[in-house]
Amino acid sequence: MLTLTCPCCGVTVEETELAPGGEAHLKRFGPGSTDEEFETYMFARKNPKGVHFERWRHAYGCGKWFLTARCTATLEVFGSYPAQTTEPPAELIAKIKEKRPGWEGYK
Amino acid sequence: MSKAVSALNGQSHTGFATVTEAGLKGMVSLRADLSSKALAKALKALGLTVPAQRAIVTEGARSVAWMSPDELLVLCGYEEAAQVTADLEKALAKDHALVTNVSDARAMFTVSGAKGDEVLMKLCPIDFETLEAGEMRRSRAAQVAAAVWRSGPQELSVICFRSVAGYMMGLLEVSSRKGGEIY
Amino acid sequence: MSQRLQTGGRLIDRSKEVTFTFNHTRYKGYAGDTLASALLGAGKSLLGRSFKYHRARGLVASGVEEPNVLVNLGKGDRLEPDQRATTTELFDGAVASSQNHWPTLAFDVGAINDYAYRMLPAGFYYKTFMLSTWAWHKVFEPVVRQAAGLGAAPTKADADRYEQAYAYCDVLVAGGGVAGLMAALKAAAEGKRVLVAEQTAHWGGRAPVDGGEIEGMAPEAWVKKTLEALGKMDNVRLMTRTMVAGLHDHGYAILYERVGDHVPDEGRPRHRLWRVRAGLTKVASGAIERPLAFAGNDVPGVMLASAVRDYIVNWAVSPGKEIVVVTNNDDAYRTALCALDAGMKVVAVLDAREWAHGPLVEAVKARGVRVLEGHAVSKVRGKSGVVAVEICHQDSTGSVLEVLGCDCVAMSGGWSPVVHLYSHSGGKVMWDEAGAMFRPDPARPPVGDKGQPIAEVVGAANGALTLSALCAEAGVAGGAEEENPITPVWIMPAKAGNDLKFKAFLDYQNDVKVSDVQLAAREGYASVEHTKRYTTLGMATDQGKLSNINGLAILSDALGQAIPQTGTTTFRPPYTPISFGAVTGEARGDIFQPLRKTPMHGWHEAHGVHWEPVGLWRRPYTYPRKGEGHRDSVNREIVNTRTNVGLLDASTLGKIVVKGPDAGKFLDMMYTNMMSTLPVGKCRYGLMCSDNGFLIDDGVVVRLAEDTWLCHTTSGGADHIHGHMEDWLQCEWWDWKVYTANLTEQYAQIAVVGPKARKLLEKLGGMDVSKEGMPFMTFKDGELAGFPVRVYRISFSGELSYEIAVPANMGLALWEKLHEAGAEFGVMPYGTEALHVMRAEKGFIMIGDETDGTVIPQDLNLGWAISKKKEDFLGKRAQMRTHMADPDRWKLVGLETLDGTVLPDGVYAVDEGVNENNQRNVQGRVTSTYYSPTLKKGIAMGLVKHGPERMGEVLDFPADNGVVLQARIVDPVFYDKAGEKADV
Ligand SMILES: [Zn+2]
Repeated sequence: MLTLTCPCCGVTVEETELAPGGEAHLKRFGPGSTDEEFETYMFARKNPKGVHFERWRHAYGCGKWFLTARCTATLEVFGSYPAQTTEPPAELIAKIKEKRPGWEGYK
Repeated sequence: MSKAVSALNGQSHTGFATVTEAGLKGMVSLRADLSSKALAKALKALGLTVPAQRAIVTEGARSVAWMSPDELLVLCGYEEAAQVTADLEKALAKDHALVTNVSDARAMFTVSGAKGDEVLMKLCPIDFETLEAGEMRRSRAAQVAAAVWRSGPQELSVICFRSVAGYMMGLLEVSSRKGGEIY
Repeated sequence: MSQRLQTGGRLIDRSKEVTFTFNHTRYKGYAGDTLASALLGAGKSLLGRSFKYHRARGLVASGVEEPNVLVNLGKGDRLEPDQRATTTELFDGAVASSQNHWPTLAFDVGAINDYAYRMLPAGFYYKTFMLSTWAWHKVFEPVVRQAAGLGAAPTKADADRYEQAYAYCDVLVAGGGVAGLMAALKAAAEGKRVLVAEQTAHWGGRAPVDGGEIEGMAPEAWVKKTLEALGKMDNVRLMTRTMVAGLHDHGYAILYERVGDHVPDEGRPRHRLWRVRAGLTKVASGAIERPLAFAGNDVPGVMLASAVRDYIVNWAVSPGKEIVVVTNNDDAYRTALCALDAGMKVVAVLDAREWAHGPLVEAVKARGVRVLEGHAVSKVRGKSGVVAVEICHQDSTGSVLEVLGCDCVAMSGGWSPVVHLYSHSGGKVMWDEAGAMFRPDPARPPVGDKGQPIAEVVGAANGALTLSALCAEAGVAGGAEEENPITPVWIMPAKAGNDLKFKAFLDYQNDVKVSDVQLAAREGYASVEHTKRYTTLGMATDQGKLSNINGLAILSDALGQAIPQTGTTTFRPPYTPISFGAVTGEARGDIFQPLRKTPMHGWHEAHGVHWEPVGLWRRPYTYPRKGEGHRDSVNREIVNTRTNVGLLDASTLGKIVVKGPDAGKFLDMMYTNMMSTLPVGKCRYGLMCSDNGFLIDDGVVVRLAEDTWLCHTTSGGADHIHGHMEDWLQCEWWDWKVYTANLTEQYAQIAVVGPKARKLLEKLGGMDVSKEGMPFMTFKDGELAGFPVRVYRISFSGELSYEIAVPANMGLALWEKLHEAGAEFGVMPYGTEALHVMRAEKGFIMIGDETDGTVIPQDLNLGWAISKKKEDFLGKRAQMRTHMADPDRWKLVGLETLDGTVLPDGVYAVDEGVNENNQRNVQGRVTSTYYSPTLKKGIAMGLVKHGPERMGEVLDFPADNGVVLQARIVDPVFYDKAGEKADV
């Protein structure tokens, strides 16, 4: 069972306090988008073995959503950050690159 | 207001610790920019200050707890909650803020006794050895959301939703039964 | 015969006699005994029958690894089968019985299987399944069911209580032997928060039995001193009877504490499951001795050499009078010495090694014991107990050289480190050729949230099998006699033929023999995981603690490869079985799961309610009166509501306040309708879709003020919809100024419904509830009978209706007041079923009935509630997909059977022809169906292909038993089509 640190209230909590929310940094496509764009937004997910950016809600705590970077194979957590961003923080990207030299990158 | 009855009407059980439904309590939820001057002023009028992250500040019969980066909970007398709500609303009228009286939506419990921690250790994924006085910890108790803090020497308080007050009392009663002391 | 010795026994208290019964006979033991030591001390060595062949079995081990002696323990509501005698602490009045035999332990009919072993080879079950289903059902299954299985399942609810607890530490030490205590001391001295868990009731592990010296002290004295030191430290928590059952992700450890097993009548919880979060786990779980695979190695009286020592030293029980020791290492010579000290005759030591020397060997020789090098057991004689051993050369086929009379055989095939915890969350092990063992690979530990190792292994678990090695590893002065290396022995004798291998057991509990593993290899099982499942090696409740390495070695040999190439099976938690009670913890009975109660819950209960679960809520389904069936009472409630006035507890309805300068814009995104244009004081019915287009919730939205709305949701949907709103606000439109608050539980809500509803409220007094003062689809704040209320003029029944919100703590008082005041108007409470029927009569949809996650508002003819003016809302883009706009989508209609009966729920309307799977084509289905007491006939709603264009058509609905019901497509609004009754 994972432990993650909620960046909104600062506590490190076990998974039972959290609700998972799938892949982070999806770009919403609404009316005016093509079928392909909408399909990608609604259904296409990366599902990598390795570094993954994902959404978690501190459901039993402060109620806020936050984002994490986590290795799906080893469960190492590289960091967590507030949800109000469209891209992972640069320092986090740098940290992951250092720890996982072969990582293909965020995009 | 004599028609008001709290969820369990003050029910209490004594095992190796005493667990009690605390009766009618005033609770006002406040969502706002916590750094706003109007907010600090509004709380000052209640004799309170803006709490730091996860802190609970108590002055006399009133407390205010940090619930999330944009939410506070004011604890006061049940009878005065409507007035506190109205006062805060008025004070924050020019801010983007949401003040709601949630006194009736919650139930509050106290767990008292030298081994009170051991009751909640069985229910909450909280490290009670490091839970300081003055910290409000929102977590869960078994299967429901709960907020826990040290409300006095050898006393912990727990807030949960009103509808699950019976469940919460069941948890507390079972967990405080004699023979279940941990240490 | 085994017996209690006159003196000694470091763990027993001879001043406290304890009485217990085994198979209905009373025996005596001492406080400090285990059930195993007490039975052995009472001269009982035949203690069970094996699982498959029903062979006589006795104790092999003295601890958690014991495979044979599992007993039924307790009786009535405290009966528990499969309890390990070696880990069951004896208490006064204990009741135990043996398992796996019929009719008696001594005379067991199933033992015939032992002669039929050639018919029950490896893969017996698989092969039998494949024979024929007839043979399985008629022949094999009845026989197998009769003969197989362990203890009897209890039939009564467990009388004991169980609980869980959370703990946090920097260092968790798993194991309270010498290595564990050394690790604890070190971590504690560094100021770490330390938790030490020892699975038995005693500290020190094997060292007090095996001897040696630590820091100039005997191990027992050192353990005592160390415990005293640790006990004084505030940062150390010492726990006995607590097993670390599993080590999981991010340092999450499950500990199993047996709090009350040994004192069953003191009112303590029986077990406590600890959920520990540890920064680092020091695995000090020791090692387990391996049996040797020789013929008859399962006859009662054949034991692990270390177990023989344990019984003598710990409990003053000698497992026999004349003992033969058989070994491939020096450690077992300690057993010979120990047996001599206890007054037993050591007939011989058979050492499979060609060369046996060293201080321990010399010490045994010096006491006049025959030590036979290069020798082995060919076969053990005896059925229900050892009578003699036939001996041979290890490097032979088993030609008997001599027969040695004895009643106990102490065997040692070397030791296997207990690497389970290290392996549970991904730590890897490596093969240590010199030690003939798997030990943890320190380069590949299990890792935690920062990628750091979360487990380190110390002591015997790390392969430091001697006290000298263990002390050296810990940097502490100490040690014991020097030992020479072992020589691995996987089959004894090395060239044993089938006659011997058929009786050489690897897995005692599952009756897996050397011959079974070799057969599996011949039949093509090359993977150890497959072989395990095919032969059931290591799949019993002991999870192969004794058998795995031997089995693996034999498989490797049969496959002609080295052991590391074969690899090992996966170690899975829990380390030993834990009780379901502990896993369940407090969650049973009334607090099995949270039950959500409205403020009027107790009133409903007192008035004969029949409940309906709605999410975790309980809502009144109906209130049957004496002599009424549920259908009668539902009909009565409907008729009364439509004629007089009814009261519904609507408190569970979700109530979410949305406020802020951008609240209107936000709600326009959340709802398919336009909410920003709703005038203050007005109510509007709204629909919510997911961004995938499907309808997820509905409810009435109220505009409380210029910047504030109140959104009602379905009863089951409040938390979900609040979360949904917060998700979009926090993660997509975080720059919008909107706050939400879920006020569902702040208010009790009461629907006052029926033609006399207004009269009732007027009688309460306090506010203007007239048509003009409070028009339909508006709300007002005010007072009724002195209660602070908010009253909404909304209707889900088609009648004149007021929904009254009152602070929850006053809900019951207002509810009672309404009943009291309404008596003269014929007021009655009604439940959810009446609500459902009345809404269906009006053709109103219900989330969860008309919707199932695949339905869009357009399917329900709710196009009027979908704004055409809005550029965007959640679901809009999705609903533009071709499949969503397909004119062939099934659409909502009303359905009426031709004969007035009620259609079954969920039935399909069939169409001509069949589909590609040869299934009958369908063209619609029933979504809601009820008997309408208002119309006095069955009414239904359903989704039908081109439905609204097919009014009057009759469809066929095949139901159960070949009956085909016919129903006509009609307007779904059955009652008051003009909507005149609500707006009065
Ligand atoms: Zn948080």
